[in-house]
Amino acid sequence: MISNIRSGSILQHYLSNQYSYDEMLGKDGNLRPHWEAFFNSFNQLGDGEIGSRNTEISRLLKENGVTYNIYGDSRVLNRDWNVDAIPFLISKEEWEKAEAALKQRAELLNLLLQDIYGEQKLIKNGIVPLELIYNHAGFLRQCAGIKLPGKHSLVLYSADMARSPDGKLWIISDRTQAPSGSGYALENRTVMTRVLPELFSGLKVRHLSPYFDTLNNSLNELGARHHQNPRIVILTPGPGNETYFEHSYLSSHLGYTLVQGNDLMVKHNFVWLKTLGGLEKVDVIIRRIDDIYCDPLELKADSQLGVAGLLQVIRSGNVSIANPPGSSILENPGLMPFLQHISKHFFGTDLLMPTIASWWCGQPKELKYVLNNIQSLVIKKIFRGTSRSTSIDGGSLSANQLNELKLQISKYPFMYVGQEKIGLSSTPSLVDGKIEPRKTIFRSFLVSNGDSYTAMAGGLSRTSSDALNFIVSNQSGGHSKDTWIISPEPGNSSAIPKKYQERIHAASNGILPSNTAENLFWVGRYTERLLGNARFHRTVIQSITQGNRLMTDNDIKTEQNLLKALTHYTFTYPGFVEDEEGEENDNEEKLKNPWPELRDILFNEERAGSLKYDFLLFIKAVHAVRDHWSIDTWRVLRGMEEAWSSVKDILKPGHLKMQHVLDSLITSVVAFIGLNRESISREQGWLMLDMGRKIEQCLLLSSMLRATLVNKYDDEVDYNLQEALLISNECLVNFRYKYRSLLQLPLVLELMIFDPNNPRSLVYQLDRLKKNLGNLPKVMGDQTILPHDILIAEAYSLLKHTDKEKLSLLDKEAAQHIKLDDFLSKMYELLSGIQSAISKTYFIHAQSQKQLFSTSQSDEDPAE
Amino acid sequence: MYHRVIHITDYIYEVPVSLCHNIVRLIPRSTNKQFCKKSVVSINPEPDVLLEYEDFYGNRLVYFTIEKEHKKLSVRVTSEIEKLSPSNEQLPQNNRITWEEVCRLTSTITPELTEVKQFIAATPMTMADEAIVAYAITSFTPGRSLFEASKNLMQRIFADFKFQSGFTTISTPLSLVMKERKGVCQDFAHLAIACLRSMGLPARYMSGYIETIPPPGVEKLVGVDASHAWFAVYIPGAGWVDFDPTNNLLPSDQHITIGWGRDYADITPLRGVIMSSGRHELKVSVDVRRLS
Repeated sequence: MISNIRSGSILQHYLSNQYSYDEMLGKDGNLRPHWEAFFNSFNQLGDGEIGSRNTEISRLLKENGVTYNIYGDSRVLNRDWNVDAIPFLISKEEWEKAEAALKQRAELLNLLLQDIYGEQKLIKNGIVPLELIYNHAGFLRQCAGIKLPGKHSLVLYSADMARSPDGKLWIISDRTQAPSGSGYALENRTVMTRVLPELFSGLKVRHLSPYFDTLNNSLNELGARHHQNPRIVILTPGPGNETYFEHSYLSSHLGYTLVQGNDLMVKHNFVWLKTLGGLEKVDVIIRRIDDIYCDPLELKADSQLGVAGLLQVIRSGNVSIANPPGSSILENPGLMPFLQHISKHFFGTDLLMPTIASWWCGQPKELKYVLNNIQSLVIKKIFRGTSRSTSIDGGSLSANQLNELKLQISKYPFMYVGQEKIGLSSTPSLVDGKIEPRKTIFRSFLVSNGDSYTAMAGGLSRTSSDALNFIVSNQSGGHSKDTWIISPEPGNSSAIPKKYQERIHAASNGILPSNTAENLFWVGRYTERLLGNARFHRTVIQSITQGNRLMTDNDIKTEQNLLKALTHYTFTYPGFVEDEEGEENDNEEKLKNPWPELRDILFNEERAGSLKYDFLLFIKAVHAVRDHWSIDTWRVLRGMEEAWSSVKDILKPGHLKMQHVLDSLITSVVAFIGLNRESISREQGWLMLDMGRKIEQCLLLSSMLRATLVNKYDDEVDYNLQEALLISNECLVNFRYKYRSLLQLPLVLELMIFDPNNPRSLVYQLDRLKKNLGNLPKVMGDQTILPHDILIAEAYSLLKHTDKEKLSLLDKEAAQHIKLDDFLSKMYELLSGIQSAISKTYFIHAQSQKQLFSTSQSDEDPAE
Repeated sequence: MYHRVIHITDYIYEVPVSLCHNIVRLIPRSTNKQFCKKSVVSINPEPDVLLEYEDFYGNRLVYFTIEKEHKKLSVRVTSEIEKLSPSNEQLPQNNRITWEEVCRLTSTITPELTEVKQFIAATPMTMADEAIVAYAITSFTPGRSLFEASKNLMQRIFADFKFQSGFTTISTPLSLVMKERKGVCQDFAHLAIACLRSMGLPARYMSGYIETIPPPGVEKLVGVDASHAWFAVYIPGAGWVDFDPTNNLLPSDQHITIGWGRDYADITPLRGVIMSSGRHELKVSVDVRRLS
């Protein structure tokens, strides 16, 4: 069958579907020319090599932290992104036609958009039915009159395309409000050129870079009317969004600041970015939140994602936004049957590429057709709404469901569209080492270049998860593919120009949105919390396993006190601690056999204070500021996530395994801290991260000292507890080196509290904290002494007015070091105060937008 | 005939507010039944940004921000309105066009009807459930004139529903109003609109004031007049005709229109977003006075 190519074993599983178009094989069973060129390269790699490169792709994507989030799955925060080693190919000749058609369509939709929010000639002239526009939830009356300067209001446009059984490319849907996927397309290409450079050699594959160059130019052009060097931001709904990876990826790639709604505010009819150093004017917004969330003042009132007053600023022309709110009106399958007329109206020519056959039920004839042929059609609503999946295959419904659907359509005919079911073409895909046919759809990306549109020479292809499945979406699984526009004749395409391979960390330009600042602060805090908890757990477990061997009274007492200290330290009450009221609880039981409770506070992710719980908080915070971590740092983070996602299975008995898990966690966290120290530039972001760590270290140290040293026991027990404290803080060696004596309380206190040279002492952390705060921008204007300065001064004075001897004094009953207890609790309080003072001063987004309840007639009396 | 309306809205904040954005839809528009001679919006404290423009429906609105800390916000709108009397040939009472004919007319496209047609589709606040559709049908008997049918609907709502303030809020679904048969003027307006739209007819939500007239010999108190809401139906040949189901009357001298939309959400008198974590308290007073 496959004549020209030595039919390597790799192709033997490729059974083409005879009824539908095949991307690779022609009707005669021969490889199409562009595929032949590709397989000449591909086959040279050999089966075994392909397999290992494929593994390499997955590894690289994981390391780069490429993810796609799934809605409604809170547990799995991020889902891995998959890329097939075999790209989707489009021949150069075919692409030229498709490109022209896409540009025409973008121009057409732009004119349509401007007409809908402008003069509405199309409606007045009966070319577009009013019901089709006015009943669409994306028609925002508040946006009437909004138009970007220049020729195009529709800056970004994206189309989903597929091939029908006769081999023609069709546009199946339009994406116009915040098209996603271009970042994934770029990442796919980057990974492919890195892992499979040989494939590109000898082939002419077009670059993606002109698209991104144009994007950057156009946005700068848009901003140029506001500012010579405009500030461009990407407005994201946040880390919970399905394509957050892409928002963050594009922001570092293009050097734009990634912001959430509460990073911005409207004042004086301009948009401002709240940064650590104060307000910075914003000139251009790339919008990745839906239309109606943009402005709680005029649109969805309870939106926390938008910025109050934003529409006013847009109207006044003081900020440019791509795409402008209201553009989701074009994501309307009901428009499909009218596009041909609209094209005639505006251009006097036909559409260059047909749209999928569609019948809008708002017209009597079309309604009748859809009702009569419902089983052979796909039924869609004119807008997607929140459920996101609004396509119904009429053929898949039961008799009852059909009737119900028909009833709905008859009731609100203008809300529904019937669409022809198209067979999707099959394209070769690498599945478990074999090449099999898979259904494919392809998303292309266009951006305005001021005069016309520039299309990405490539795009994002997605394949179904099995050979026959009709539905392709990232939500329901499946793979993505790099997309190549390729010439059949040999030639060379260098890989992407170098600047596009690098992740540019220019996003911050030294400016840190206060939201990001707070997230970094919390990453710092969780890092130390995780490390502190893991180390203390390890110390306690080691001590118990040794104690079990000896079984002396003092060992048992040491063990019990350590377990109680662990409960205090991790705030996992009641745990090993007796109730304060002296009521019965099962702490005696737990102390006799501590393992179930230990296991619980290690691995129970539902339990606040458990190590797993802290780990998840840490990971969440890390992902929220994902563009701050280097590639190597990601490798460490990925390793941790993997180790901890499987941790439940290795839980059964052994303490050795528990220790092992802790060891590797500790190593990873230390590596994370070390890598950050090596790779993050010493600017505001670093200061925040480091301050978070210092605050947490102070708090943790105070509570550990309190939990282990305040009570006075038998000398041997005291000694054991002091030793555990030092081990847990990695200070035992320091102690021995410095004092060359046995442990004793005053010396331990000196080392852990007062020694300015011990990097784990309290005063050391305070020094660093003070230094970092001094390096932050002054935001309070003339006010030279900030609230946290006062609190830090108090902390120093507290240190100054005591010493190791005083703190080591016992109370009258000789049961407690009462001065120490007093000192530590005061210190803890001051530190908490410092943390909230920092929040108030620097994290100004903390003040949230709130809806004023309005006049409501219901509060008033009837008029009589 | 002239009226003066003074509408005062005060917000008192528990915690000082550093920034607020507001939209006021309280300037009465001029129509063929009234002429708004002047309308003055005074805001305290002094706004930092103040813009006035027309919305999609042609209602006049004011956008303002206050960008310094404040504990109280006061919006006072003083308007003078002259009521115009409609010419005799336009009297809707004489219009005999049937509701079925209007349904047919509005399903065709003419430039004149473009404006009207947008008021046919239900909105989230005017969704008709089965009970509401059934309630509507009673008034729309075959061959009845649209005017008569609408008037009948108004009379039935007045008779069947109890005016009770505090029972509903602005987010109470219409189906509950229908089920419990009580509510306030905006609920009754929404209900009538839902009924008309469920029949395929254009209806809009009217926001305005109604003047209260004290019993003979009693002096009128200041601030007791109310914000009010009613509905209007489009009758070809007669234009938009107002009906007040709360008071069972065809609005004339006592009613002053601020503006209209598809429902309350389009013509909310005051919308605002504040930067604050605290609570706030609201005081409203309206005074409608006849000048001559």
